[in-house]
Amino acid sequence: MYLADGRPAPATSVSPGGRRTGRSRRVRAAVPSTVLVLGTVSLITDVSSEMVTAVLPLYLVAELGLSPQGFGVLDGVYNGVSALVRLVGGRLSDRGGGAGHKAVAAVGYGLSALCKPLLLLVHSLPLIGAVLAVDRTGKGLRTAPRDAMISLAAEPAARGRAFGVHRAMDTAGALCGPLVAFVLLRAAAEGYDAVFTVSFCVAVLGVVVLLLFVPGRALPAAEGTAGATSAGPTSAGPRAPTAPRTPVRALLRRPEMRRLTACAVLLGLTTVSDSFLYLTLQRRLDLPAGWFPLLPLGTAAAFLSLAVPMGAIADRVGRRRLFLAGHLVLLCAYGLLLAPFSGGTALVCAVLVLHGAFYAATDGVLAAATADAVPADARGSGLAVVQTGQTAARFVCSLAFGAAWTAWGDHTAVLAAAVGLALAAALSARLLRPAGPAAGPNSPSERTS
Amino acid sequence: MNRMPLSRTARLLILLATVIVLGAVAVGATLAAAGRADRKDRTQSGGPEVTPGTVRLDGPHQGLFRNMAWGPHRDEITAVPEGRLTGPRTASGVHCLRFHAAAGTGICLQAVHGELRDSYRAVLLDSRLREVRHYDVAGTPTRARVSPSGRTVAWTVFVSGDSYAGTAFSTRTSVVDTGGRRLDANLETYALTVGGHRVRAADINVWGVTFADDTRFYATAATGGRTYLVRGDRGTRTLRALHPNVECPSLSPDGTRIAYKKRVAGADPDAPWRLYVLDLRTLRETATGEQRNIDDQAVWRDGHTLVYSLPGDYGSDLWTVPADGTGTPHRLLSAALAPAFTR
Repeated sequence: MYLADGRPAPATSVSPGGRRTGRSRRVRAAVPSTVLVLGTVSLITDVSSEMVTAVLPLYLVAELGLSPQGFGVLDGVYNGVSALVRLVGGRLSDRGGGAGHKAVAAVGYGLSALCKPLLLLVHSLPLIGAVLAVDRTGKGLRTAPRDAMISLAAEPAARGRAFGVHRAMDTAGALCGPLVAFVLLRAAAEGYDAVFTVSFCVAVLGVVVLLLFVPGRALPAAEGTAGATSAGPTSAGPRAPTAPRTPVRALLRRPEMRRLTACAVLLGLTTVSDSFLYLTLQRRLDLPAGWFPLLPLGTAAAFLSLAVPMGAIADRVGRRRLFLAGHLVLLCAYGLLLAPFSGGTALVCAVLVLHGAFYAATDGVLAAATADAVPADARGSGLAVVQTGQTAARFVCSLAFGAAWTAWGDHTAVLAAAVGLALAAALSARLLRPAGPAAGPNSPSERTS
Repeated sequence: MNRMPLSRTARLLILLATVIVLGAVAVGATLAAAGRADRKDRTQSGGPEVTPGTVRLDGPHQGLFRNMAWGPHRDEITAVPEGRLTGPRTASGVHCLRFHAAAGTGICLQAVHGELRDSYRAVLLDSRLREVRHYDVAGTPTRARVSPSGRTVAWTVFVSGDSYAGTAFSTRTSVVDTGGRRLDANLETYALTVGGHRVRAADINVWGVTFADDTRFYATAATGGRTYLVRGDRGTRTLRALHPNVECPSLSPDGTRIAYKKRVAGADPDAPWRLYVLDLRTLRETATGEQRNIDDQAVWRDGHTLVYSLPGDYGSDLWTVPADGTGTPHRLLSAALAPAFTR
């Protein structure tokens, strides 16, 4: 479906004049095969992980007879560890002139795969929590190198759409996972072990596809040879075994990188977590209880269908500009939550579509914007820095939102988040402006050819 | 792609081989689980005798519970006479994950198998186990209770986190009268006070209602990582914390004591709960003779005997112990869960 969507979008697939197209024989299929393979790996992996996520509550309560309230206490710790691992993963993956991306991503995917059979062996909350934490560590490890590979495989002018395609495939997998789990449990009542085993098999398949079909060195594909790293603070020979490693501090010395990270953090500080958004939605609109489990599906469906078009738009109007606009869409969603009327179903759908559109306009788009600001030889580190900053900021926002809720109630908490988001967006608009005319397809940072 | 060490054909062959091996493992695991599920639908020799029949919730002196014994009547609400609890069971045909009954009213939390996903509902039952009405619920059922008069019911479900590998679970507890006139869909909207101070946290969770009458009840409320026994009032929509570290309370028939699970210090974090009884007048805690980890909302079989579930060969057995701290526990019923005893 996303592939069919992908084919006929010509405007972004035409590479800017004079720019070398590493894939001239695939002019029509603008999305490089590496991106499609990485999208497939993510799709497969998300089927695997969401299978487990979907059955976990039932497994804990109905099968193991556990009471999982208070299970989330360690979430903060896990999130912190995951963020650190992400930074380390990004740094490590930049070694070897891009060869490290595939290796670190494979370790990340492999780690998550190994957690699935472990779930068959552990039967207590602390141990299950630990397995989930390792699973999440795997995710933290692989995200930055995977995004680096996507950014390096795609034409700079079409990066937004490449990330859009990847995120759409990723989300499609996330939507399919629960269905697969459901079919399995229908075939084998209480067959949680079957769900975990199949999830493991699916995850292994993802790793195998990654190992077999993702090229080991993605650097030269879109940005010339590794010699193009001259834009980086350090330069090295094209195939230097000890690759140039750009420390996080050196990365943040780059003005564009600093501005982008600052914006991601600022806006992240006012981005209320999904769970809080759904909780507020449920409370304010007094939804029937049976609807609650369906809310994330609404967001995912909107994200899935809008990711590719939003990516293409980002390539045209500028990634930073769309990233900002996406947060204004989120602001609209907050506005609907604060509105005094109770519009029932229509209002719920509107909020979820806006929420999904927010993700479509910001998630892959931020990665594409980061790729614009970071030289190829530090791509993994750069992506990790920005994503970690955003994740950490969102975590702080969750704490603050919870505190605001405690102090003033949910309405005022959402109002505060909305005001904060408006301020952060205004500030970000100022911050990003000096970077030039908000980055067309040829963003000024793209000095690699 | 020409930078790959293996030829395209070699890679496709490896992929094919992987798919075949992984597919075989996946199909094997699914078939094994399906076979096991089939066996659970066949009667075990040596298990309790279960026959279909008429079950009434208002029949005197009987035990009602979810039958866990393998066979065609697994997960159905079954009845046995009080005098012969281990004797033949009469199966009602009504499937419930959680169940409770009092004064001819039943509450049954059951799974609804849909086309694309399973959902859950709370079903109000009359004395002949016919549905009066039902309410869709947001997650996996865990607790259910009927008030002594049979005019009010409550249930708790787990609502799971929605994020990747999410570990944030919360509970949602609802109360409704059997007439269906007033549904409190979420007790978290009641005003909670702890130590005289109003608490308005987003992390408030309420679970495990036990009724004093149709207006007043007790329950567990959690916030800031601590749990409390709270007294709830449907009239004033308030929850007032009475005592810390109380989960899944169960009020004695005379309304003077609460049986509950207490998180004890120094216990294995896998198994932190012990069965205690709290005297509501003196707030004195008494440990029962049950030394094992208990994760259930106990019921009072009479004024001085507790019944609760423990893991067993068929998922769950029912055990009993005196409420006054004396005696030792013994198994009351095998392959049973969620009991109610009529008077």
